[in-house]
Amino acid sequence: MAEFLIRALLAGVGVAVVAGPVGCFVVWRRMVFFGAAMAHTALLGVALGVVLGIGVTPAAMLVCAAAAAVVAILSADRRIPDDSILGVVAHGALALALVVIAASGGLRFEVLAFLFGDILAVTTADLIWIWVCGAAVLALLAVLWRPLLALTIHDELAAVEDVPVAAVRVIFLLAVAVVTAASLKVVGGLLIVSMLIIPAAAARRLSSTPEAMAVWAAFLGVIAVFAGLTASIVWDAPAGPAIVLAAVLLFVAGFAAPQRLSRPR
Amino acid sequence: MSAEARLGGIGQTLVAARGVTVVRDGKRVLDQVDLAIGPGERLTIIGPNGAGKTTLLRVLLGLVRPSSGTAIRRPGLRIGYLPQEFPLDPALPLTVDRFLALGTRAAGERRQQSLVEVGAAGLAGRALDRLSGGELRRVLLARALLREPDLLVLDEPVQGVDLSGQLDLYRLIGRIADELRCGVVMVSHDLHFVMAATDRVVCLNRHVCCEGQPESVRDHPEVRALLGVSAPDLAVYTHDHDHVHGLSGRIVPPEDDTRPSHGPHG
Repeated sequence: MAEFLIRALLAGVGVAVVAGPVGCFVVWRRMVFFGAAMAHTALLGVALGVVLGIGVTPAAMLVCAAAAAVVAILSADRRIPDDSILGVVAHGALALALVVIAASGGLRFEVLAFLFGDILAVTTADLIWIWVCGAAVLALLAVLWRPLLALTIHDELAAVEDVPVAAVRVIFLLAVAVVTAASLKVVGGLLIVSMLIIPAAAARRLSSTPEAMAVWAAFLGVIAVFAGLTASIVWDAPAGPAIVLAAVLLFVAGFAAPQRLSRPR
Repeated sequence: MSAEARLGGIGQTLVAARGVTVVRDGKRVLDQVDLAIGPGERLTIIGPNGAGKTTLLRVLLGLVRPSSGTAIRRPGLRIGYLPQEFPLDPALPLTVDRFLALGTRAAGERRQQSLVEVGAAGLAGRALDRLSGGELRRVLLARALLREPDLLVLDEPVQGVDLSGQLDLYRLIGRIADELRCGVVMVSHDLHFVMAATDRVVCLNRHVCCEGQPESVRDHPEVRALLGVSAPDLAVYTHDHDHVHGLSGRIVPPEDDTRPSHGPHG
């Protein structure tokens, strides 16, 4: 197998394995719009990374983390609705990204690659970013699993039961920011949220516990990566969108399976 | 006993509010509220809609920071909390048993036993988001039981439960409080049932308008005016506190059913 394909597979699998469990919490906590905001923000990171000549992934990660912190601070204030905060942050960052790109002399190829993803052009350095960040986020998720689940079910009940709600919430936002930035190259900023949401949504029907759903989401994500890359080679389809479409097909196919843990009363 | 007098024995107090004022959007939601709950004491907060009852509970729980004044909780206090709202998401696959396991470290056998105690024996494998209002309250009570709290905090615990189920739930809460020997703070609209299972009633309308034994509060003109109740209406339901304590500690299945219209039995 060609080396670029092996790298593409490793990158895709790395993203899917982390995006599955993290995506479950994004779905459970109704944070899809936050994921989208992070994707927009990541593009500002890309633009700054390219223009300033620093690494694109670390730049995206820093900008995303900063935006996540801003969202957390504004959200804790409770005076502005969360979706308004996310709208302002997401589109403010995107607009700024476009201005930065224009000021630097027009849309460059690198920026396009991060907008649409270019999994077949993943470098060894990209792979290291994906796997190191992925491992860190998975470890964090394992440690925080119980408190995170508790505050997902009922945040005030969790607070009364001595879960450090504010801290856990911020750490999770940062984890989403890191996953988003690290997986930019695989599916691109436009489609990145799909890797968080679609495998998790598809996994719901197959799962009767939160843990099973996380594992299924990771597994379905990996299947989508293999299927998408195969389709990309066989039919010369763009790889990122092919992966997302494969995930969508898995989601649709999931409806054939009987839903677990939902007996009618 | 006044709140101040109770605060005198501070070592014993479970939770207390001292001069708590909460201002939200320029409006005083709570105004200089003093309140204290001692071990094993059962306190019910009544008051009209918008009186700040839930806000006061949330201040006591540490979920809302008062604009002025303080909320004090005994260090290491274990609280069992039944929130008023419990939105459940079908996207999260969670069984009742798993939910119980998440709040405590109780063994499976103990969890099943707690469900039996609250009359929800068959629910262990059910999806949490598929429970009825009454079933969910029972499960939340089972979870509170497992945590062996010093204080049970209940916000409108029978909301969304049909009338006959409401009485069963109030009885269950009384039995659990007996068994755990814990303090109880409850918010309720419902004077009728409150009379049966409470030591002290606080009538709240942003400030504490009166407090005392259920009988004395019931007869307070301000309470009647606020809640729009008439004396005969209240008199139907006598204070059957003795009934609740008569079962001390022993858990009786919820089928034990004496309607209030029959009057309290020994």
